[in-house]
Amino acid sequence: MKIKKILGTVLSLAIAASMFSACGAKPDSDSGETTAAADGGAPAASTSGELIKVGIINNDPNESGYRTANDKDMKDTFTEANGYKASFAYSLKNDEQIAAAQKFVQDEVDYLLISAAGTSGWDSVLKDAQAAGIKVILFDRTIDADDSLYEASIVSDMAQEGQTAVDWLISQNLSEYKIVHIQGVMGGAPQIGRTGALEAQVAANDNWSFVTQQTAEWNAETAQQIVQSVIDSGESFNVVYAENDDMAKGAVAALDKANISHGVGKDVIIMGFDCNKWALEELLAGNWNYDGQCNPFQASYIHDIIQNLEKGTAPSEKVIIMEEQGFDATKITKEDIEKYGI
Amino acid sequence: MQEEVVLRLEGICKEFPGVKALQDVEFTLRKGEIHALMGENGAGKSTLIKVLTGVYQKDGGNIFLSGKPVAIRSTQDAQNAGISTVYQEITLCPNLSVAENMFIGRTKSIFTNWKKMNEEAKKLLGSLDIPAKPNQQLGSCSIAVQQMVAIARAVDMDCKVLILDEPTSSLDEQEVEKLFKLMLDLKKRGVGIIFVTHFLDQVYAVCDKITVLRDGRFEGEYDAAELPKVELVSKMLGKDLNALSDMEKPAAVSDEENGGAPVFEASGLESTAGIAPFDFNIRKGEVNGFTGLLGSGRSESVRAIYGADKVLGGTVKMDGREVKIKKPLDAMKLGISYLPEDRKRDGIVGDLSVKENIILALQVMKGMFHPISRADAAKFADEYIKLLEIKTASPDTPIKSLSGGNQQKVILARWLLANPVYLILDEPTRGIDVGTKLEIQKLVLKLASEGRSVTFISSEIDEMLNVCSRLIVMRDRKAVGELSGSDLNQNKIMETIAGGEKVHENA
Amino acid sequence: MKTLEKPVQQHQKPTGKDGGSFIKSLVRNQIFIPIAALLILVIFNLVADPSFFAITLSQNSAGYPILSGNLINILDNASELVILAIGMTLVTSASGGQDISVGAAIALSGSVVLRVLCGTESRPETLQAPIIVAFLVCCLVAMIFGAFNGALVAYFKIQPMVATLILFTAGRSIAAWINNNELPIISEASFGYFGNFIPGIPVPTPIFIAVLCMIIIALVLRFTKLGLFTQSVGINSESSRLNGINPEFIKFITYVILGLCVAIAGFIKVSRFSTINYSVVAKDIEMDAILAVALGGNALSGGKFNMAASVLGAYVIQFLTTTLFKFNVISSALPAYKAVVVIILVVLSAPIVRDKIAAVRKKLSAPRTAVKEANR
Repeated sequence: MKIKKILGTVLSLAIAASMFSACGAKPDSDSGETTAAADGGAPAASTSGELIKVGIINNDPNESGYRTANDKDMKDTFTEANGYKASFAYSLKNDEQIAAAQKFVQDEVDYLLISAAGTSGWDSVLKDAQAAGIKVILFDRTIDADDSLYEASIVSDMAQEGQTAVDWLISQNLSEYKIVHIQGVMGGAPQIGRTGALEAQVAANDNWSFVTQQTAEWNAETAQQIVQSVIDSGESFNVVYAENDDMAKGAVAALDKANISHGVGKDVIIMGFDCNKWALEELLAGNWNYDGQCNPFQASYIHDIIQNLEKGTAPSEKVIIMEEQGFDATKITKEDIEKYGI
Repeated sequence: MQEEVVLRLEGICKEFPGVKALQDVEFTLRKGEIHALMGENGAGKSTLIKVLTGVYQKDGGNIFLSGKPVAIRSTQDAQNAGISTVYQEITLCPNLSVAENMFIGRTKSIFTNWKKMNEEAKKLLGSLDIPAKPNQQLGSCSIAVQQMVAIARAVDMDCKVLILDEPTSSLDEQEVEKLFKLMLDLKKRGVGIIFVTHFLDQVYAVCDKITVLRDGRFEGEYDAAELPKVELVSKMLGKDLNALSDMEKPAAVSDEENGGAPVFEASGLESTAGIAPFDFNIRKGEVNGFTGLLGSGRSESVRAIYGADKVLGGTVKMDGREVKIKKPLDAMKLGISYLPEDRKRDGIVGDLSVKENIILALQVMKGMFHPISRADAAKFADEYIKLLEIKTASPDTPIKSLSGGNQQKVILARWLLANPVYLILDEPTRGIDVGTKLEIQKLVLKLASEGRSVTFISSEIDEMLNVCSRLIVMRDRKAVGELSGSDLNQNKIMETIAGGEKVHENA
Repeated sequence: MKTLEKPVQQHQKPTGKDGGSFIKSLVRNQIFIPIAALLILVIFNLVADPSFFAITLSQNSAGYPILSGNLINILDNASELVILAIGMTLVTSASGGQDISVGAAIALSGSVVLRVLCGTESRPETLQAPIIVAFLVCCLVAMIFGAFNGALVAYFKIQPMVATLILFTAGRSIAAWINNNELPIISEASFGYFGNFIPGIPVPTPIFIAVLCMIIIALVLRFTKLGLFTQSVGINSESSRLNGINPEFIKFITYVILGLCVAIAGFIKVSRFSTINYSVVAKDIEMDAILAVALGGNALSGGKFNMAASVLGAYVIQFLTTTLFKFNVISSALPAYKAVVVIILVVLSAPIVRDKIAAVRKKLSAPRTAVKEANR
């Protein structure tokens, strides 16, 4: 009996594991088929006139509004009309993404576009890709790998985003900065970048201090609980630095509940990131003070690079940093919202 | 005869919340002795065995092995000390081979020499005359052989004390004989055997000594040859046996007085359990029974009546009206109750209290949305605990902490509370002490005299003869005969079971 | 069976008057662990900072009176977890396994609410349907998904964790798909009442909803025998079947009930911010709900359960979370702290440990009792 039970457990775990990977890194079904069809033909490199096969590995588009916009941008750009056969794989887990990359290598795509969930563990699959003559372009996220393994990396400079935001905060010329710092999921590039600049500034200036610094894991509700806890303990603060819009929203809900005024010319400065449309509207209404852009529109950059590579021109710079800006509530316009909101 | 004491227990005490299970119990086992441990349910037999095998920790007293005090804190301790146990339920792995079962968990190296293992197993099986092949899958052996394999395993582990806890309750007579032969073999080798059983005849067939426990206390140790059966029973019950002599002249209820349509009538009944279609009926106030060897299909027949297995065909009438019984609830609503054979698997709901177990069937019949009030539930529980003399610390005690016989009484209470017109009792007395057995038999007859119908199944033919006025005999999943009136005697039943062969007079 | 007069030992109930046996029975009682955990947290906070328990009446930015303070926050934020713990307890009891898809199902039912109220627009000025309709549709959808899980477990005999893994992995994607990957926001203020405050009432609405759910389940358990049947099936399914219970249906229905709990919890979640983020809303809440059941001393292998203990377990978890926020634990160390506390609680709640505690207590109190008796 015991043996049976153990076997059953092992078996179900195995099934569970396989289901995780299967459901996690689901290749887009439509394009999956087209890829398979193309497999039947000669595995020769594409020539002009033929469609360029690209395998795109991205984070789950449901993760955030940023990702949704990013994915939509990719899908709008890599169309057959533009000369591409695109296959997509989504996962928030690094190992699943690597497995998906391996599959794309086997499928002999021409280009592998990767937005990595984690920074490590990519070496071997990128070497395989290189050996198979597949060109790799990273977007949105960098990885820890030798830069000879990829053609280009189109990224937001998260540290720069953080620095832009901190510079803006410095420009507010407060006599004292008492900051509630709400972090994203620890260890990701956005968290590290957006935290780094602020921590450096606080460490270097006596009139800058953290009232609290905790992770809300990108979750509005957790952010609300954290800020509530600060308010209940009676500590005063004048800046909420939230590493994304959702968490800023959660913090604002806690402030509203405690009747603490916030926004332009009020008691507490509210700062968010990502430039969701609704967040920019809060800026326009003066409820928030600052929102840092994290540009999700990398597809056009990638498109240009691929076209140049097809012509034989490698990009002049390995790392291409996208233009990003921070919006100030006093200067934002309706046009900005339409143009930059995601 | 040189009396070398192998095992000695002194002043053993064990207490559970609300119950003193063992008080100052002693026990002595000598080399090469088969020693019966007797007592009613709840007398403390199982507890004593569990203390001895390290399942329970004793609260007081001493255990001596070959004169030296030992501490037994776990089953592993007991095994290392040379105390092995074979339980009623087989605790081996049915999907491994016989040899594997004999040696599993005992080899020290991580590699197994299969050839050597099989050879040794063969030798051992041969020497004990056990009819099994080393590479045979254990599950394909009969229960008796499985038990023997368990014993062989114990013997090979060099045990000095072998405990057989109710080993015969699921064996037929031939199998019991084989087991006895094995026990006597082991006795010659000098193994001390503690034999726990409810079958008095078996005690006298093999045992040298008898120790009787009553209500958790030591009653006495006797030579089997010098203790008449009746006296043994009276020691176990702690009283003279007027009650028992009553039972020796059972008042069978005849069915001829009750005219009219049978309470229950089935024709061509067939179920997924694989019994041949059979006809069956029972009249008001009648007690009848299914008999036959284990596996002859007697349980499967009543399960088909109750709808416990999926019914494939046949018609069923109650009081002359055709009814459909597709699932147990249908049967229950028609006033049929079924006390299943396997109490532990099919009867009790272990973690629920005695009270909840008693009201369960009635509650189900009333439906989820018409709960029995707490006051009523308590009243019912008290009533039946008193009526059936159920030994429990309180009505809120989980049923699993009761002894087997008391669990059975709780299940019986459950079905009596459901107020059935037709009660099916499948082995209601299995694993139950003599006193309770008689009480249950009496209760059955009393129910019949109240006008209820009862179908009674028991492996003990004596018991069937005590209560049944008609017997359906089963063989190989087929009903092969029906006996009543003057045909109701042991020899005739044996004959029918055996298929017409005459039984020797001394049977 | 009156003929044999045996000494009958029955009705030796613990008297309760005796202090020692009262404490012993309390230690043995299931609800002891969550109560003890709660007490430890309360004492810890009292010692560290008594102001933790301060409750103040103030006004929110809209000018309505509200109660605020950590205790209110704990009660408020635990609401969804409490509601889930109720359903999870039943599921655990009947099927001997857990539903790990509740977090994803909350995202899903929340998405349904948004879809019904917003239609195809992502930011409608007015509601496209009455709120009650949205709630009912959300209940229906969540119960259908509950029924899906329940059918897999009860009728197809798939292990609960494997069966619910399907929805666990797919749920959030389905949630996003329902709204075409948009994240609609409801602008109607009255929708926010369910997750925040009703103007003029100073107590957060989710507390009322959670209490209401507790009352309903208490009434159900009191006035129906759902509890008895569920436990019976969980303990011995075959025995229950022979007693006329339909074990498959009981298992199935517990999953549907959990579906209803998910719908209510999802509705509160959407109402809190008038929107949800499918990928992070109620993240890991399934683990907290299972933990609540375990903290309540209920066997995760099914069978007997104590609903009050589960509910208390849920509050303990939120109490712990809030305490950790309050003491400003470094973000990266937060999971470690939580894990340590959880390990202690779970080990304490293991029956084997509780028996040991009871035994130690008995040993300690034995000399005293002896003295007491000698004095009599």
